[in-house]
Amino acid sequence: MKRAGFASPWMPFLLLLPQLSIIVVFFYWPALEAIRTSFYLEDPFGFGSTFVGWENYWQLFSSSEYMRVARFTLVFTVLVTFLSLGLALLLAAKADKVIRGASTYKTLLMWVYAIAPPVAGFLGVMFTHQRFGQFTDLAAFFGYDYVVGVNFNDTAFAMILTAVWKQVPVNFIFFLSGLQSVPRAVQEAAMIDNRSSASRFWTVTFPLLAPTGFFLLITNITYALFDTFGIVDTIVRGEPGNNPMTLVYKVYVDGFRGSDLGGSSAQSVILMVLVLALTIFQFRLIDRRIHYT
Amino acid sequence: MTRKPFKWSVAMDHTILILGAIFMVGPVLLVFLTSSYDDIEIAKTGLQFGWGDKFVQNWNNALNETSGFTGTINGWVMLKNSFILGIGFALGKIVISMMAAYAIVYFRFRFAVPAFWVIFTTLLLPLEVRILPSYEITQQMGLVNTYTGLIIPLIASATGTFFFRQFFRSIPEELVEAARIDGAGPVKFFIDIIVPLSRTMIAAIFIIMFVYGWNQYLWPTLITTEEGLFTLVRGIKQIMFSFTDGNTIPEFGVAMALAILAMLPPVLIVIFFQSWFVKGLVDSDK
Repeated sequence: MKRAGFASPWMPFLLLLPQLSIIVVFFYWPALEAIRTSFYLEDPFGFGSTFVGWENYWQLFSSSEYMRVARFTLVFTVLVTFLSLGLALLLAAKADKVIRGASTYKTLLMWVYAIAPPVAGFLGVMFTHQRFGQFTDLAAFFGYDYVVGVNFNDTAFAMILTAVWKQVPVNFIFFLSGLQSVPRAVQEAAMIDNRSSASRFWTVTFPLLAPTGFFLLITNITYALFDTFGIVDTIVRGEPGNNPMTLVYKVYVDGFRGSDLGGSSAQSVILMVLVLALTIFQFRLIDRRIHYT
Repeated sequence: MTRKPFKWSVAMDHTILILGAIFMVGPVLLVFLTSSYDDIEIAKTGLQFGWGDKFVQNWNNALNETSGFTGTINGWVMLKNSFILGIGFALGKIVISMMAAYAIVYFRFRFAVPAFWVIFTTLLLPLEVRILPSYEITQQMGLVNTYTGLIIPLIASATGTFFFRQFFRSIPEELVEAARIDGAGPVKFFIDIIVPLSRTMIAAIFIIMFVYGWNQYLWPTLITTEEGLFTLVRGIKQIMFSFTDGNTIPEFGVAMALAILAMLPPVLIVIFFQSWFVKGLVDSDK
């Protein structure tokens, strides 16, 4: 709040009313409802519900299928995060270095940001289609029989490839603006002290990028967990079966397809706890960040 | 300064960048080229590297041919719905979050801090996590298959409020003091000073939110079951169904054209408003 503010008894409430009412109706209410439902066993046909306490949670943690999905989500998140961060950092470092054509490269590398995840998933499907996909042809050339939708790992590969492709531009934009804000004087001082450009990058530039990197790490984890929903959905094509899926996708499949409301809500609550932990982690890092900048 | 000699490291930098650019641009270019081919040709060999003779026909079908069970949907209708969602979402978000941020920054009242925290917590839970109860509540309110039901629940997160709060706090305090001495009330100050000062910020946020709204998938998939309300991104799901059908050759050409159409407006906006967009993205997310 500013020191010199207006003092009107009703005006601020009027201004806050639209946002607060939308938040209460479409945010707090559903969130609390998810927590409540997670303790009940609901009849899929709507004939009442029974309080079962932590039963839904115990069932999840003892379910080998849920654990399998959780393990896949972990592997998926780690791979997507590190591949897209690494690739973006490499491209940003090069784009920052070249003088000729820098802005053309920038434009070419960033616009994929605007493509919707399911549209990206559609592209992934076309490339890895088991009959005519270009990637399948490439794998066949090396003697590998690539069958997306049947082989678990092959399908997982298609998802990871698509998710990385979609995420590189965002990371690239942030890394490039981070690099461009490194003061000229620091760069010149480093140039005098250290002749090797690779070692200069790791000892001077990279630590300066660390705050951006921390921030992006969290953003990418959140992206891999939640925003890849559209990619997973288009590649799996509504046929979960033996296909790999992420935790968020399972919430949807169990809730809307399986009509297992209690189980789906318990999964939601587990994810809420996960996001909460991530957010707290992020804020602690941002606190530390202040020392850098 | 003399002309620099050829350097291998520079050539290497360009090679990496060119490979990166091909990796990013290539797939979309191929989909665009493929939209000019015959369905049978595509079904046989996949994405095409050349230029076929069915471009006009495929694009005409994609835009004008009605499809679906009810025959109420074509490319133009989906395009219109996508624009309604993108613009409605961006405008709605800007209006409510500017009002809320103004209240929090410029008013002295007891509930400013609690209100801030209530708004803040919405950053903790993405829609995907509370999707089932959100759907049920929206359904109970009779908002399924309406534009209101499509847009309003999506606005419930507070990213915009934080951005505007941050920006308002950077406006010098002397302005509000001067305004008060001149006898301007809160409404006049907001309209005459705050809104004009925020113009570029509003534009940047609008671009980011428009792209975000346009690209929504899960919520439109659940909330719109009537084909007349499908957005282009939602329509992709329908296209994928025809791929698994297996009895007929899917309309690949039309599918490619619709995929390109679904990415065209947000991509053009990002390319044309690059600097605003980058500024908005980098400033608001940090």
